[in-house]
Amino acid sequence: MTHDIPAVGCPFPRFDARSKVSGAEKYATDEYAPDMLWAGARRAGLAHGRILAVHTNDAESVPGVFRVLTRKDVPGTNRQGIVHKDQPVLAGQKIRHCGEPVALVLAENREALKLALSRIRLDVEPLPGVFDPETALNPGAPMVHAAGNTLLSAVIQKGDAAKAFSDCDVILEDCFEVPFQEHAFLETENGFAQQKPDGSLVMTVSTQAPFRDRMEIGHALGLDFSSIRVISPYLGGGFGGKDGATVQCLLALAAMNANGRPVKMWWDREESFIAGYKRHAARLYYKLGAGADGTLKSLECRLYYDTGAYAHLGGEVLELGMEHAGGPYRIPHVSIQGWCVYTNNPVSGAMRGFGVSQVAFAIEQMMNRLAEKLCMDPLELRLKNALRRGDRNSSGVTLMHSTGIVSCLKTIERHPLWRNRADWKARAGRFKRRGVGVCAVFNAMGYGRGLPDSAIAKVELTQEGRIRVYCGVSDMGQGNASAFVQIAGDMLCQDTGHLELILPDTDRTHPSGSSSAGRTTYTYGNALVRSCLQLKEKLIHRASLVLFLDEPVGLVLLPGRVRHLPSGREVSFSTLAAMLPESDRTAIDQHVMTVASDGNLNASGFILGFPHVLFSYAAHLAGIEIDELTGGVSVRFYLAVTDAGRIINPQGVEQQVQGGVAQGLGYALCEDILLRDGKILNPSLTDYIVPTALDVPDVASLTVETVESTGPFGMKGMGEVGMNGPLPVVAGAVLDAVGVWVKRSPVTAERILEALGLNTGAGRKL
Amino acid sequence: MSIICKINGNDTEIQGASDRRVVDVLREDLGLTGTKEGCGAGECGACTILVDGEPRLSCLMMAVQLQDKAVTTIEGIGESEALHPVQEAFVEHGAVQCGFCTPGMVLSAVNLLSLHPEPDRNRIRRALSGNLCRCTGYVKIVDAVEAAARAMAEGSKP
Repeated sequence: MTHDIPAVGCPFPRFDARSKVSGAEKYATDEYAPDMLWAGARRAGLAHGRILAVHTNDAESVPGVFRVLTRKDVPGTNRQGIVHKDQPVLAGQKIRHCGEPVALVLAENREALKLALSRIRLDVEPLPGVFDPETALNPGAPMVHAAGNTLLSAVIQKGDAAKAFSDCDVILEDCFEVPFQEHAFLETENGFAQQKPDGSLVMTVSTQAPFRDRMEIGHALGLDFSSIRVISPYLGGGFGGKDGATVQCLLALAAMNANGRPVKMWWDREESFIAGYKRHAARLYYKLGAGADGTLKSLECRLYYDTGAYAHLGGEVLELGMEHAGGPYRIPHVSIQGWCVYTNNPVSGAMRGFGVSQVAFAIEQMMNRLAEKLCMDPLELRLKNALRRGDRNSSGVTLMHSTGIVSCLKTIERHPLWRNRADWKARAGRFKRRGVGVCAVFNAMGYGRGLPDSAIAKVELTQEGRIRVYCGVSDMGQGNASAFVQIAGDMLCQDTGHLELILPDTDRTHPSGSSSAGRTTYTYGNALVRSCLQLKEKLIHRASLVLFLDEPVGLVLLPGRVRHLPSGREVSFSTLAAMLPESDRTAIDQHVMTVASDGNLNASGFILGFPHVLFSYAAHLAGIEIDELTGGVSVRFYLAVTDAGRIINPQGVEQQVQGGVAQGLGYALCEDILLRDGKILNPSLTDYIVPTALDVPDVASLTVETVESTGPFGMKGMGEVGMNGPLPVVAGAVLDAVGVWVKRSPVTAERILEALGLNTGAGRKL
Repeated sequence: MSIICKINGNDTEIQGASDRRVVDVLREDLGLTGTKEGCGAGECGACTILVDGEPRLSCLMMAVQLQDKAVTTIEGIGESEALHPVQEAFVEHGAVQCGFCTPGMVLSAVNLLSLHPEPDRNRIRRALSGNLCRCTGYVKIVDAVEAAARAMAEGSKP
């Protein structure tokens, strides 16, 4: 294999690809030790109840069982949660959802663990449950938490929406529903931990936030967080579902009760469904008003997000939904009310498209319907109202940064797939109907105001003469770690043979926030650029001493060495490294993301993470074919045009777009967590259908190159925006193909067939 | 009892209970952690191995079923410094993201190309439809298998 110097802007085969493709890369699941114990949690299995007793005797007598722990064995607060500490590590009094853990078993092997878990008996007084977010707000509804069922309610007011409707030529109203969505990463939640003789814990976890995990574990279990070391290898997928405690607190508790033996906890797929986090189900009421020429004038929304039994990041997810409820459009008068509500459903939390995928469906369907009503081209309607730099968005934030939605839409307008759509549709075969949909979506980047979005990057000249990047933010598969190697290689002129990477480890790397919010490459990348500049200057200055130069001029970095261009003399990195003490071989710098400074926002109820100033934008185009006999929908072509600022690795951007679109097509066409009384009816990949290679078309990806001047090399985060397009674009294409008006997802064959059978006129609803 | 088989070309004796799952024997006893487990129920394909050259799901096999068989895991396909053409193509074409489905995908692709050296995209998609991937949207994986087929055809020319 050859070692090239990576170039920012050019395709760069991922740094982690070779070790992954050969099976050599070690994930958290690949940690084993000869004397290790297996840990597992007994899940409640009912949605709401009062715990009278947890009987563990039968479990303890199973051969091979090491310990059985219950609430009384938990030191500390027994409460975990990222913002709201409302979730017990082990429930002692109340069960709030089916996946509630009530006991923790440590056993010598998996067989004993499984048997013991089945022998724990629960005495429970069942309580009436509440399973719908609007019902949960009614007076007299069952209380999930003593303080009430409202996790967060907030309002955005911009202008006077109620009054502005009197000035509208068209007013449309509707209600949309979206179900819970499963992350369905291939590597389920897991970790490996051991308590050292000094009481400290060393944990290897599949986690998106190793530094925050320490705080959560410390708070829940009464430990000093500095005594907890969390190591985060590459994740086998995350998508938000490993942001926040999954196995962490249970695993730490197990390790604290294992007599110093290592402990492994690895949820199986069913447990991942039952106890893992979900995308919030939501009900969305919309009222949109426009002039006869299609100019948007007023928007009113009421948004209900179901966070399930615990907060996780539910409040922040709702906030982002509210911030994006008006789409990437200029709407002068806006009134958005939102409620994030506790129910006895499974716990919802962060997922790619964090609150935005839900509202993108609603606003884009309103736009499709408006276009139909006004007999306007749906693309023209979007272009007419699309945000431009300098506009104020629906939250009232002035867009000072790169704003490429118009370019995205114009790229589609010029594309043959759009221009030739009538011909394409006319070529549908017998019993087939074709339709084309278009949508405009966006997604905020970074944590937003109130929670500094910061990263600290460290680069080092190693003693062996290589450049080592200390990556403090997890790589769950999106490729940020590889992008860091690419940036360092480009800036320091090093080939891949001279580059090394240290993955997040709270003992070795520096706190750099969670792998989330489309922020990793932007925030850490900015810090890394500065660190690389520092290290470069340092190496040049030190080399100039070795070469007895009067001034450090004419020196450049080359792979593994510094060359003095005028004389051609060189100093190898290993010579330089031998000369320098460790503290002089490193450079560290920090970046904190910019936040909105608009002072005139009329918004209340927002705690943190609102508003944002940086957004990625995208316009998607899809052609679908519906089988009139079965109702089956197949996506025949798909084009995504993305504004991600300047591109660091074109291959990486395509990966994120194609992956986001596939996950979005699952959301649009087949993924649906089915619930009865809070219990998941389809907790397996047999019954919860995620797209296979036969379900996703060859998604084409184009970018419009804006420059985000605040980002490293002009880039901005784009890992989430691709998720938001598929559902609205499919819904628009269904309307175009058969005149059926989709109001709830997923758009399954059964639902299409039902809608086709029920009605023959216009305005059919699904 | 012990089970005698060949794993990645090496004669291997598996000790212990013969009803243990093959995926556990590979990962825990033999340290071959390149074989992944994603569902334990034969749905995701992450645990795919080749048994006498045919793809099998190691989470649905018992150790006893390996008696006298030849097993190939991802570790037997190529090493990171000497990759199989399918693996090279996965690297080059961006077919690897989180990488957890990758070993199973590679083995399914190797099997496909041994049966059909010149598959079209549709055949590739069908051959890989038992391997779930949640990261890539499959496009680059199909690209990689196409490219590997071309590379292997070039390589086999005299």
